[in-house]
Amino acid sequence: MTTSTNPTITPAISVRGLRKSFGPVEVLKGIDMEAREGEVVSILGSSGSGKSTMLRCINMLETPDAGDVTVAGETIRLKSAGAGKSRLADRKQVERIRSELGMVFQSFNLWSHKTVLENVMEAPLHVQKRSRVECLEEAEALLVKVGIADKRNHYPAHLSGGQQQRAAIARALAMRPKVMLFDEPTSALDPELVGEVLRVMRALADEGRTMLVVTHEMGFARDVSSRVIFLHQGAIEEQGQPQDIFTNAQSERFRKFISG
Amino acid sequence: MDLPFLYETFLSLVAAVPLTLQLAASAIVLGAFLALGLALCRLSGILPLDWFARTYIFVFRGTPLLVQIFLIYYGLGQFREVRQSMFWVVLRDPYWCAVIALMLNTAAYSAEIIRGGLLSVPFGQIEAARACGMSRLMTFRRITLPLAIRQALPGYSNEMISMVKATSLASIITIMEVTGVAAKIISETYRAIEVFVVAGAIYLAINFILTRLVALAEYQLSPHLRQPAALPSTPTGAAR
Repeated sequence: MTTSTNPTITPAISVRGLRKSFGPVEVLKGIDMEAREGEVVSILGSSGSGKSTMLRCINMLETPDAGDVTVAGETIRLKSAGAGKSRLADRKQVERIRSELGMVFQSFNLWSHKTVLENVMEAPLHVQKRSRVECLEEAEALLVKVGIADKRNHYPAHLSGGQQQRAAIARALAMRPKVMLFDEPTSALDPELVGEVLRVMRALADEGRTMLVVTHEMGFARDVSSRVIFLHQGAIEEQGQPQDIFTNAQSERFRKFISG
Repeated sequence: MDLPFLYETFLSLVAAVPLTLQLAASAIVLGAFLALGLALCRLSGILPLDWFARTYIFVFRGTPLLVQIFLIYYGLGQFREVRQSMFWVVLRDPYWCAVIALMLNTAAYSAEIIRGGLLSVPFGQIEAARACGMSRLMTFRRITLPLAIRQALPGYSNEMISMVKATSLASIITIMEVTGVAAKIISETYRAIEVFVVAGAIYLAINFILTRLVALAEYQLSPHLRQPAALPSTPTGAAR
């Protein structure tokens, strides 16, 4: 897949001057980044570097203190909440934008009282209000795609971690998102189950989907992503195309990070 | 044993069962809505609402139901303002006073049960709903509340059973439900043991059915907690 980085096209995601503190701890110190359509951006960093927080600020699961998040040209409106904090200015806008972003969590977060099929159909049916027939057809096709069609009537508790995460990916895809956000999707999995999830993610990248992936999987970052961002203590320390920065990184920290 | 007398008593008491059930059902249903409201107040993070709910729960759990019934039935009628208000139509009727007292009382207990259920919902599942673009109301309706109900049901069945038994206190304010009728028969016959044994058996039967119904509801609502043996695991035509 060639990365189409045409500068005239509106980026799928654009983040400007993103800041976030939890109490006295400044987790994000002014992040600027963007992801163009079709790009797979891997976000690396040691724990506490702010990479998950950055991803969660994009769909406003965390409200940034300052900065702009723009999704497909539309900037999410925030208003000041005093004391250097912000809050959402328009909840409806955020809900609409969230439905255009598919989120995959480290701990899957499937709805435990719903079957796999019901999990996948929930948002298209009730948030996007599409027809049941259409949702069902699409949900079944997605379950085939992630390889768990035979588990459609099972409940999450009856699946392995890898199967649950693939169901969660199908659930995110069911909303036909413009961008997929992955928050350490393989970190909660047993080593032998990581591969099945990464295979699905690779297939999505090959389709040309726009993806932001917070990950510890160096192989995935190196082989699949079109760009790699390395965060250190809430700031971007190094970024570039994987073939460049994995062989010729400027930052000493990043060289140390990838050599383990 | 005087079987004809027992049989006659049984028939008289069974005739009062509908009223007992009606009292219990109205109190439980109305109380559940009030309890949900109170639980949401407790969890709202809005201080005045939280403290209102805390105070309400403290007062209604901390005083006897019998006292509450007396205060509502006899107490409120002492005030001329109450007697002249539009509420007097309801408050002068012992049936409604009993329903109100039972409802207010059960709401205090149920609020804490529901609050526990709501707190038990894993936050990740709520976050997943938000991330899908669900509004707060939809998240609550489709994810949080269904999960909370499943968690709260076993504890809540206790409260329902208590309410069925608590309806017997309504007899004190002239209501002829099962216990009221039993007391009347006793005052006419002085045969307390036989009459109360029959009355007790009737409550036992009602609660037996009630616990079976709750167990059935619990079973229906929790296939995700059972082994998947009974689930059809064959894919449809679309799969494979």
